[in-house]
Order: sequence, then structure tokens, then C-alpha cells
Amino acid sequence: MTQIFVYIPHNHDIAEDIAFEYLDAARKIDSSASVTAVVAGSGDNLDKVATSMASLYKEVIKLDNEAFAYPNSEIIRKALCSIISSDAILLIPHNTFGMDLAPGLSIKMDSAFAADVVDFEGVDGSTLKIIRQELGGAVSTHVSCDISSGAVITIRPGSFAPMEDGTESGTIIDKSDDIKDVSSKRQFLEIVEAEVGDVDITKSDALVSIGRGIEEEDNIEIAEELAKAMGAVVSCSRPIVDAKWLEKSRQVGTSGQTVKPKVYMAMGISGSFQHMGGIKGNPFIVAINKNAKAPIFQVADVGIVADILEFMPELTEKIAG
Amino acid sequence: MEILVCVKRVPDTAENEFELNSEGNDLDRDDLVYSVNEWDNYAVEEAIQIVDKIGGNVTVVTVGDDESEEVLRREMAMGANQGVLLSDDAFEGSDGKGIASILKAGVEKKNYDLILTGAQADEGAGQVGGMLAAMLDIPYASLVNKIDIKDDKKIVVGREIEGGNQEMNEIELPCVLSIQTGINEPRYVGIRGIRKVAKVKIPVKSASDLGLDTASIGSGAKVKRVDYFVPDIGDGAEMLEGSTDEIIEKLIEKLKAKGGLS
Repeated sequence: MTQIFVYIPHNHDIAEDIAFEYLDAARKIDSSASVTAVVAGSGDNLDKVATSMASLYKEVIKLDNEAFAYPNSEIIRKALCSIISSDAILLIPHNTFGMDLAPGLSIKMDSAFAADVVDFEGVDGSTLKIIRQELGGAVSTHVSCDISSGAVITIRPGSFAPMEDGTESGTIIDKSDDIKDVSSKRQFLEIVEAEVGDVDITKSDALVSIGRGIEEEDNIEIAEELAKAMGAVVSCSRPIVDAKWLEKSRQVGTSGQTVKPKVYMAMGISGSFQHMGGIKGNPFIVAINKNAKAPIFQVADVGIVADILEFMPELTEKIAG
Repeated sequence: MEILVCVKRVPDTAENEFELNSEGNDLDRDDLVYSVNEWDNYAVEEAIQIVDKIGGNVTVVTVGDDESEEVLRREMAMGANQGVLLSDDAFEGSDGKGIASILKAGVEKKNYDLILTGAQADEGAGQVGGMLAAMLDIPYASLVNKIDIKDDKKIVVGREIEGGNQEMNEIELPCVLSIQTGINEPRYVGIRGIRKVAKVKIPVKSASDLGLDTASIGSGAKVKRVDYFVPDIGDGAEMLEGSTDEIIEKLIEKLKAKGGLS
């Protein structure tokens, strides 16, 4: 029988959304698999998360240690190695913590490793069939993964159906005493909060959001004019901030702001999942891109194949009358 | 400080429209434009800036075929001191672990203080840096967007985490860091810069040069790409077509209905 462990990340006493998505992923790997949740932390916060997980999972392993109060991937790696059987499948979120933890963990467990998985097509013998994406989401791939000596797999948050309510009354197993080594050559110091910008893009009902298609810094003015005509605000994707053309506070995405507008105008944005991850509340998405194959057209409501530098001024003129 | 930067030649996502070949199982590679993985340019720039400040040496390494030499030269034109190409038919088909094993063999006995990779490359896995660190038993930090060298024993790094926040860590040397875009502004490389390094000899190391057991690399990979495909994701966007005037008229109508014009 396939044995699956899932790592539960949490903010203080609340499990992250991925905790509710693992069960769908596990079912797609092997519907008869036994699934065990592993949650590391310390004190009351940990107990609350472990209790809430027992309503979703038959078995919850709890690891209580002051060293887990802030998750350090090196320490968590050692802990997971000491409690997880090496031929099991371990699921971890493909987020900034999972990316820190998972690759090295797969080496220490001598397991196969697959990252940022968006779907599973079951197990065939000792081969797990996986779907993931490459080239910023432009193409998908089928991947075969030999799980005969276990696997560490990161899954993309939001790709699997979340459980609504748990009805399980699972057992919480305290394995804190199995954790002997909490030393690390890396020490957490502090979190530096993102700077607040001049414009709060999270408060706007309409966003004119620009990506690489804007081509040059001077062209941002064209987007500003459209935004002004629409009563909207200009936001952007990551490359615009990397180029230092707009402040970080204008960036939409998992590593930037989470926005909930009514209308989202994606202008010359390809539509990577990291970018789309910052758009919530199911807005009306208009995508304009000169590349007809841009992934953004798969998720937008309305698409227009055009050069934004030519299209935006014409749209502005018509709206402004 | 001795710094190694691992780089990769990849299809340029900004320059290509990706299509499948006629069999529908691979990319149509005939006219693909390749370049250095975007993240790697930031890693090389960061390495050069560190060496400019405190002295040392920057080496760029890649695992690839003959054509990968051009990305090493480009990074040398930026200012890396030397390049090494790890190349062998036996490397073909390697998964992340295979690539990390090859790099590990290339790194051993070299005493690098700092090893940098891009945070991810064309496959979007972000796996090689963390694997290499674990194989070498040295610490690792991913998604690094700030490096502050304290002394020759430790550095302080910022990691870009969710919401644009930055997680600060102290980390012992030697270590491996994966570099996130935006950490710096990679310098422009002109034709003259490329010409200057055009004649520099780049050593090529094979599996036997590296003393590599080929069982764990290349076709022995546990993780294999079976094919490429374009998923059927339902209808996707309603595409507006016609003259620009017609498109704009339809668009404005929709925007009004959805509350996007005020």
C-alpha cells in the first residue's frame, strides 16, 4: 500500500490552505493510500493546528520543539528524515518554504524528487505519473517518477480541490521525542516587512496591470493614461519591479500583493502561476498580448491579440471620448 | 572569496512562442532562441559585485553540450574570471539529482566559499541548488534577494518570501544560495565584451575526468519527462476579433457591464 505523508505549514495557529488540498492530491496518486499529516511547531499554536488536522487526517504526527517556532528548513529536514520511512511519498507545498526544504530533503532521504506538480495520473507499478509545467506555464509535461525508494514531491498551491469540512476523528501521535538534532548552520534573524508604497493597489476595483510587453520604462505613461481614463490604478508583474521601473508595492503575485479587483487588465503579461496566484475574488480578466500562445489567454475571460503599445492609446482615446 | 556560479542555457521565454513538433511530443526546436537562464544573470552579477568589493574569483560552470559554451562566454563577458563546461553524452537525460551529482563532482576539491545558482530555470523546479548543498553537506538558502558578507565565516542573506516580505538569515560559509531576480541590476553585455572573451579557452570535463559513476546520472534518472503537451483547459478566454475599432467597442461594452469603467 502506498504510504503518503503530507507536511502541514501553518501561520501561528492556522494551517495554510494547502493542508486542505493534499487529500485530493493523495487520492489522485492512489485512492487506497494511507495519508498521514506531519505538523511541526511549538506550544499552543502547534496543538491547535494538530487538533484541526485530526478532523481531516486519520493520523497526525505532531513534532513539538522550540526550534520549530519559526520553520528553518535545515532543522525541519533533519526532523522529517528521522520520522518518515524512506520508501514513502512526502508531499510539500511548492512555496517559498517548500522550495527551501524539499530538494535537499530528497537527497537526504535518497528519494526521487518532483517539483511544482499540478496533477497526478496515478501509480503504475512503481511509477507515479505526474503532470507539471515548464517554460513559465507555456507548455505542460507528463513526467514519470520512480517511487520504488520513495519520493519527495512539491505540489502547486491551488491546483487541487480543497476539502470543505473534515469529519475524521484522527489520532494525534506525539513524536517530539524522536527529534534529537535541532542544530543548524543557518539561523533565522527576522522578517523585514514589505514597504508600503504610494498607491495601494489592493484597494482598487480596476487594475491596469503591465508586464514585459510594456518594453520600456517610458511606455509606462501609456498605461497610466489608460488607468486614468478608466478610473483604475496601474499595477504590474514581476519583471517590471526587477527592472526597478515601478515600486515593489505595485507588484501582483505570490511574492507581491494579493489583489481583489472587479476588473483586471493584464497588459503584455504572460500569466505565470506566481502572478495569477496574487489575483483573488474571481475578477473579470482582460488579457491583451501579442503572443497568441501566452498562457494568460487560458485563464482570462476576454482575450485580444494585439501590441499593447498600439492598443492602449486607442482604447484610452475611446474611453476618454 | 572563491565563488562558483552554476548557469544554464535555456529557451528564452521572452523571445519564443512555444509550439509542439509534428509528433506532438516535444517542442518544435527548429527556430528556438536560446539564452542564459534569466535568474543566472542575477547570480553572476551578484558574484561579480561581491568580488569587486572584497576580492576573489568568479567561476561559471554549466552542464550541457557544445552550444552551452556560448552562455559561459556571455557570463565571462559580464566579468566572471573563468568558465568550465561539464559535458558528456552520458549526462543526457539527467534529472535534477543527476545534474546536482555532476556539479558536485565538478565542485569537489575546489574549496569554493560560495556557490550560487539561479532560483529556477526553464523547467521551473528550483531543485539543483538545494540538492547540491545537501550532497556537499553545507547549508542552503533559496530565493535570496540580499547578500551581506559579514566575514570569511558567515554571511547574512535575505530570502524573498510570500507577500514581498524578506526573511533574514545568518548562514555559515561555505554555502549554496539560489538567487532570485531583482537582487541587483545585471550589467549589459555588448558585442565588444563578448569579443574580448571569444578566444579564451574553456576547459571541458567529461564523466571520466570528473570520476563520475554514470549509474546515477543520465538515463539512469528516476524522474523522466515523457512528453510535452498543451492541456485542454476548456474554453479559455473569449477572443475578441475584428478591426481595432470593433474590438475596442466590444471591450468597452464588457468593461462597463463589469464595473471596470467609472
